[in-house]
Amino acid sequence: MLHIKNLHAGIEEKGILKGINLEVKAGEVHAIMGPNGSGKSTLSAVIAGKEEYEVTEGEIFLNGENIEELGAEERAHEGVFLSFQYPVEIPGVTVTNFIKTAINETRKAKGLEEMSASEMLKKIREKAELLEIDRKFLSRSLNEGFSGGEKKRNEIFQMAMLEPKLAILDETDSGLDIDALRIVSNGVNKLRSKDNAVIVITHYQRLLEYIVPDYVHVLHDGKIVKSGTKELALELEEKGYDWIKQEATI
Amino acid sequence: MSKYTEEELQKELETKEYEYGFYTDLKSDTFPKGLNEEIIRAISAKKNEPEWMTEWRLDAFRIWSEMEEPDWANVHYEKPDFQAISYYSAPKKTDPNKTLDDVDPELLEMYKKLGISIDEQKKLQGIAIDVVVDSVSVATTFKKTLAEKGIIFCPISEAIQEHPELVKKYLGTVVPKKDNFYAALNSAVFTDGSFCYIPKGVRCPMELSTYFRINEAGTGQFERTLVIADESSYVSYLEGCTAPSRDENQLHAAVVELIALDDAEIKYSTVQNWFPGNAEGKGGVYNFVTKRGLCETNSKISWTQVETGSAVTWKYPSCVLKGDNSVGEFYSIAVTNNYQQADTGTKMVHLGKNTKSTIISKGISAGKSQNSYRGLVQISPRAENARNFSQCDSLLMGNKCGAHTFPYIEAKNKTAQVEHEATTSKIGEDQIFYCNQRGIDTEKAIALIVNGFSKDVLNKLPMEFAVEAQKLLEISLEGSVG
Repeated sequence: MLHIKNLHAGIEEKGILKGINLEVKAGEVHAIMGPNGSGKSTLSAVIAGKEEYEVTEGEIFLNGENIEELGAEERAHEGVFLSFQYPVEIPGVTVTNFIKTAINETRKAKGLEEMSASEMLKKIREKAELLEIDRKFLSRSLNEGFSGGEKKRNEIFQMAMLEPKLAILDETDSGLDIDALRIVSNGVNKLRSKDNAVIVITHYQRLLEYIVPDYVHVLHDGKIVKSGTKELALELEEKGYDWIKQEATI
Repeated sequence: MSKYTEEELQKELETKEYEYGFYTDLKSDTFPKGLNEEIIRAISAKKNEPEWMTEWRLDAFRIWSEMEEPDWANVHYEKPDFQAISYYSAPKKTDPNKTLDDVDPELLEMYKKLGISIDEQKKLQGIAIDVVVDSVSVATTFKKTLAEKGIIFCPISEAIQEHPELVKKYLGTVVPKKDNFYAALNSAVFTDGSFCYIPKGVRCPMELSTYFRINEAGTGQFERTLVIADESSYVSYLEGCTAPSRDENQLHAAVVELIALDDAEIKYSTVQNWFPGNAEGKGGVYNFVTKRGLCETNSKISWTQVETGSAVTWKYPSCVLKGDNSVGEFYSIAVTNNYQQADTGTKMVHLGKNTKSTIISKGISAGKSQNSYRGLVQISPRAENARNFSQCDSLLMGNKCGAHTFPYIEAKNKTAQVEHEATTSKIGEDQIFYCNQRGIDTEKAIALIVNGFSKDVLNKLPMEFAVEAQKLLEISLEGSVG
């Protein structure tokens, strides 16, 4: 699914990622953990194709294809989804209208007809129910005046609607109370299948109790310094990141 | 918005150029360039006007000759040479008594390109339409249906002949000849426009619509619209404008007067898409328009405008709230791109007690354009309990455009409540990236953000117009990112 080889990237000549190697196969869940400033959010933005970031070395392959030349929307059409740490507000555009546009633009890019209104409605209802989203919520302006929890739930709702192949959840647990965390995780788990993959970026092990990863990677100073199974997350929770940092500098 | 709308929008996205920029080769009857008393007499004679009308025009011309072109607006342009314009141009072969079958086929073809059909399809949608090409009205549909209700909807030249008592009573009462430079010029030389009268207690059963088009080169368009809603009547009026793409600037100086008598309501919507000039700022229409409505007791006038075209716009649809409890509203979206300049807004003059006004202005600037909102809220000493709410929002795209807000408030009564809110925002890279990440490309993302920004005003337009307006917003802003 996703294959990252020796990726170096940065912003305004400042190097942030310094040689990332990562392979994510269909059906897998990978967790990427690490202290603040280790490059977690940069990695997600670079995979999603944010223009401000410059890839200086290395390659990213999606289903065997080098995606260097693809714009952010083209990567989205290929099935990459990023749940934003800080979702933006778009005043006057409703949640429904936004997701409808996103789905139809993606279909159009694939040469498909627009989704019929009834099919769209059915799907919206189904996914809203999955994430315990109130119908009234869907007619509000996108992220405008949303609480932290509502924003994150809306991200996962969009993910459910778009059915991506590769979903990257960037700190989806931040700002969520325990009930919201359960609902969101439950939603993500229901969307998991043998055909798609999930990358969970988080500080804490808490989310990983709900979304259980197959692999855990620790990012430090732009490199993956340690990889392991879910037990690694528990170890990190217990010991903090300092021992990783020390190990990395040796 | 419906699925149909989105599809339509998508199609429009593919059309990059100003799509109304065609020129139709109609045989036309055009006066020599220049302006003097002789020309005015000739226009009046051409229109078979009664003596009083000729004198009215000549009086306006004398007033105009003494006036100077105003320069207080925040726009810069080369002043038009008023002697280099032809003040009368008419497509030949127009005869009001003829049926549509007799209309110049090229003219009909032009309507098709404009997307206006005077055929059955449009009739089903229940819109009566008056089309003004260059200087004269060429077709008014639905006259009979309207006549049954006592509604008069016809070219103003016809109204001068057939309803002189109404024209005499109201023409120039809301926008006097000496009101301003362009109003005076219009009063002297206007050649056509629409006239509408809704009798007492009648609710006009359909939207009335006028379509304006400047076709001939080197002509100006000076239309005059007069709408009178008698006591307790209601009318919704639509106005659309286009012009061919030409290198030279064309002048449009219209006057619109609305009169809402006691308990009447007028809703006046405009979608203005005159040629804005090309990407280098060459050509385009100078749009200098005076629009004003007079509200008597308990009446209401609502202006809604979507301004996407013109090289230079100078326009302030206003309400004089003369009667007690009268209501004035102004909803506006003004888009400027490339080198366009717009100075637009409104005046709400509160004279009566308990008068209310609402102003919602949305300015969108892109390219190297300048977009100004200029508004005046005036509360007179006897306007007890007058209230106004104004909201002016600006959206900027890129770093080379400008948005300006000039709100003037003059309150001379202590009971007045005046509120003004203003915001300026910029379409951010983060917003664009968020949309891109969801599979929405940048052009579409901008359209989405702009439509969201303009929603409060788009919602005020009649449905069919809202669709058209949405398309226009999208076309006007194409290629504005980068």
